[in-house]
Amino acid sequence: MIAGDVSATSVSFSASDAAYAKYATLAEQCKAGNVRAIARLITGLENEERAAYAALNRFVGNGAVAQVIGITGPPGAGKSTLVDKLVARFREGGRRVGVLAVDPSSPFSGGAILGDRLRMQRHATDPGVYIRSLASRGALGGVSRATGAAVQVLEAAGYDIIFVETVGVGQSEIDIVKIADCVVLVSVPGLGDEIQILKAGIMEIGDIFVVNKADRDGADRVVREIRGMLETQYELSKGEKLEAVPDTLAGRLVAAAGEMEHHADVHAFDDKIPPVVKTVAETGYGVAELADAIADFFAKASESGSVTDRRIARARVQIKDLVAEHILERIENGPGATALNEMAKRVVAHKTDYYSASMLLLHEILLQEGAGGNDEGVKT
Amino acid sequence: MSDKEELEKAFKAWEEKTDKALAKHPERKAKFMTGSNTPIQRVYTPLDTEDIDYLDDLGLPGEFPFTRGVQATMYRGKLWTMRQYAGFGTAEESNARYKYLLAQGQTGLSVAFDLPTQIGYDSDHPLAAGEVGKVGVAIDSLEDMETLFDAIPLDKVSTSMTINAPAAVLLAMYIAVAEKEGIPASALDGTIQNDILKEYVARGTYIFPPKPSMRLITDIFAYCAREVPNWNTISISGYHIREAGATAVQEVAFTLADGIAYVEAAIAAGLDVDDFAPRLSFFFNAHNDLFEEVAKFRAARRVWAHIMKDRFHAKNPKSQTLRFHTQTGGSTLTAQQPSNNVVRVAIQALAAVLGGTQSLHTNSMDEALALPSEDSVRLALRTQQILAYESGVAETVDPLAGSYYVESLTSSIEKDVLAYLDKIDAMGGAVRAIEQGYIQQEIQDSAYAWQMDMEKGQRIVVGLNKFQAKEEPPKGLLRVDPSVQERQVAKLGKLKARRDNAAVQACLERLKKAAEGTDNLMPLILDSVKSYATLGEICDVLRTVFGEYSPSVTF
Amino acid sequence: MDRKIRVVVAKPGLDGHDRGAKVIARALRDAGMEVIYTGLRQTPEQIVNTALQEDADVIALSILSGAHNYLFPRVMELLKENGADDILVFGGGVIPEEDIPFLKSKGIAEIFGPGTPTSVTVDFIKEHVKLNLENK
Repeated sequence: MIAGDVSATSVSFSASDAAYAKYATLAEQCKAGNVRAIARLITGLENEERAAYAALNRFVGNGAVAQVIGITGPPGAGKSTLVDKLVARFREGGRRVGVLAVDPSSPFSGGAILGDRLRMQRHATDPGVYIRSLASRGALGGVSRATGAAVQVLEAAGYDIIFVETVGVGQSEIDIVKIADCVVLVSVPGLGDEIQILKAGIMEIGDIFVVNKADRDGADRVVREIRGMLETQYELSKGEKLEAVPDTLAGRLVAAAGEMEHHADVHAFDDKIPPVVKTVAETGYGVAELADAIADFFAKASESGSVTDRRIARARVQIKDLVAEHILERIENGPGATALNEMAKRVVAHKTDYYSASMLLLHEILLQEGAGGNDEGVKT
Repeated sequence: MSDKEELEKAFKAWEEKTDKALAKHPERKAKFMTGSNTPIQRVYTPLDTEDIDYLDDLGLPGEFPFTRGVQATMYRGKLWTMRQYAGFGTAEESNARYKYLLAQGQTGLSVAFDLPTQIGYDSDHPLAAGEVGKVGVAIDSLEDMETLFDAIPLDKVSTSMTINAPAAVLLAMYIAVAEKEGIPASALDGTIQNDILKEYVARGTYIFPPKPSMRLITDIFAYCAREVPNWNTISISGYHIREAGATAVQEVAFTLADGIAYVEAAIAAGLDVDDFAPRLSFFFNAHNDLFEEVAKFRAARRVWAHIMKDRFHAKNPKSQTLRFHTQTGGSTLTAQQPSNNVVRVAIQALAAVLGGTQSLHTNSMDEALALPSEDSVRLALRTQQILAYESGVAETVDPLAGSYYVESLTSSIEKDVLAYLDKIDAMGGAVRAIEQGYIQQEIQDSAYAWQMDMEKGQRIVVGLNKFQAKEEPPKGLLRVDPSVQERQVAKLGKLKARRDNAAVQACLERLKKAAEGTDNLMPLILDSVKSYATLGEICDVLRTVFGEYSPSVTF
Repeated sequence: MDRKIRVVVAKPGLDGHDRGAKVIARALRDAGMEVIYTGLRQTPEQIVNTALQEDADVIALSILSGAHNYLFPRVMELLKENGADDILVFGGGVIPEEDIPFLKSKGIAEIFGPGTPTSVTVDFIKEHVKLNLENK
């Protein structure tokens, strides 16, 4: 394994020359907006090809910055129809729009039916829109790592607003926070949604709340309940001690406050209460308001710098995850695995202890230079 | 010991004996199931039908609950209408086919329209490319309709039109053609399919969303109740639902659920149930499992009769009768060894007749390959004629009644259908169930299960997964002349140049305004049609006002 | 990570009978493929653009309306224009045998008529996508 110069902006990966060159070329073509290149690069990322990930380095210094909006909610909430309408709206405003629609893979066969884009097909022939369907491929959080990387690809290709649509079921939509600047939580009346929303952590990640199919019975009640919960949450975050009013959802929120996981390092809860928008995606009702709420969010967030803060927080999480992965990989394969084995034997033979063994291994991994792997690096 | 106890004893003994012998003489299969996966017993006896009360549950033909048939004399009075679905290419070519069929002894017309017409597009629309005249006749304007029925006496022939989303427009054209012939609308006899709910679920030729579609449907009900009283304003369809993969039980359940939705919509629109219900009609499928199909038809009649009487309080017995057309199941026919299809169709037609259908279309043997040729459609018609005149099944009413198996099956289908209806009611009715994708999911699950059964060899299709044979590709298939599209487009151009375009625009404007309000749209559609506005132009106006349907998708 | 075969299942033109397309979509999913189901009323342009954006290996066209002799070649034309005729395209539905040579001459790899077991289609895809990759 080869370690790179950590002051460089990139590190080499072990990948074949050909693969590396292929993805580097694709990345260049992406920057020029080549549809097929974008598609193939995303596929490479989905297949976790190192050369594909390495090619992302080509986008450094590109200057492209996209606004990334996560749209999440339970199945049947009408997310895809909503995205379809939002795409139309932002296109009218001259934006170039990307959509990543993530659906779960079958746990049995590993395959998937990706049907979200069906609702957006009128945009399929618009060169200013790029729609890509992704399968979760077992990622528990509802979004695979490739999704975040695919956002970068679309961003580099010139799509300045990117929707990432995921199915939120229970806790699994939390991962959208790792990717999106703005998280839109969609619910519908009548699905017992209030309970879904209450589940730990979900309320915290929403920047904008949408009640879709608002022409149904119970819509106004859902809006009221969500507003109530948001207000309670706001007060809690300010350190207010609140009375838990029994038998209200807000009351349950207070009671659960102690147990909630705070994703503090990823999601800053700004000093305001998120808006709740009513929509009827099918007819387009409320879509203008939603688009405005999104624009508002970005306007305010860039003023306060909180989008940047979030992106930094997200980047930290991503890098941390990747570091952990790299390390794990090095001690699971090749010379690192051998070293691990040696260490384990020595621990068992009482020649060293776990702690020292781990530090030694880490030292070896980070500083090891030697034979094996390729020596291509990308220096900027 | 009573008779019943004696029978129970004898049956038990017989069963024990037979089960013992199974070790040496096993049955052919571990499980015997109907085509819809309902288990079939080895034998049925009076023990299976003891809860059935003759007068309450079966009744007499033409009397509530109509299980045995909707008329007292059924085919002894009048044979079912032999009505072969036909249409392709241009109005001239279809007109010729209709004249041929009538000459061959067909007793009613059934019009097939091409896909652009069914979806409200003219032949020059971009989405019509490649489709004009392919699955039916291309009708762009009243001019085409006039050609379609040239020299056909509309006061003597009843016509069924398979048209749904734009049904109002085609009906208006039909009325206008008759008017030109001096035939008043009140003398017209026929049917429009006009069943949008099944389009959303199984057939796909929808245009507008559910609410405005229901408005169009109830406008038609109200208009015809006054102006075209002999017209069947809707043919609530299960055929396509079955073809999409549903079981026999689901076919009836989802069709009747749709029927309930239409009745509710009409009542909500202010109509009295007995004013429109006598003109509701149904359209079912006939698949291969003979007894299940017969039981299905009988169960459908009984369930609907109770729905109309108990739920909707219809007083007129005609409101309670489920009258239906049947088509033999297209999806049961194979491309392999097409002659086998003649036999399948004969069995299916027999089921429909034994089930008491009012009219019947029999598929042709080349159905899995193309639209029927003249020869093969004639043979399909002969199948009906042989049944009618040679087989004796039409000489008495509901001959299978009293069969322990058939009555048992009728009751069990009824029970399963009612369970589905309860479930759909709990969801808020058919429209809600469709929005939620429930009906679609049920159908697809059945379709997938069927496919897997077939691939595993648990379901045999002769010639397909058993008894295959090497064969020559069939010859003489019908081909639609691809120049149809060109010719239609040219015709359209000439029409638009000839007509009074100002009058057309005025009509369309008035139609638009009315569509935005609540007036009955039929008279305005009739005016538009008479001004030679095209189908596409009329539907586009409605599209602007009503919007377009966007389907919910399930797997 | 195992490479997944990506298949666009589309219904070109106005035909609304989607039983077959949905059964195939499910069967392909159950065989481990990722199926992008585009629904009804797709124009050739929509189908091809979808295949490009989705980096599809395969396009499966289902049609029962008889418009295949116009719509299928149009799809092939557009694929060629976009330099994407390496994508495997096959069809199913109501397509007379006598039309198959014409369709194949336009680049359609195979037509799976009514009654074809889904396993045949799955195997065909696996075989041909493997070959395609080897040739890349």
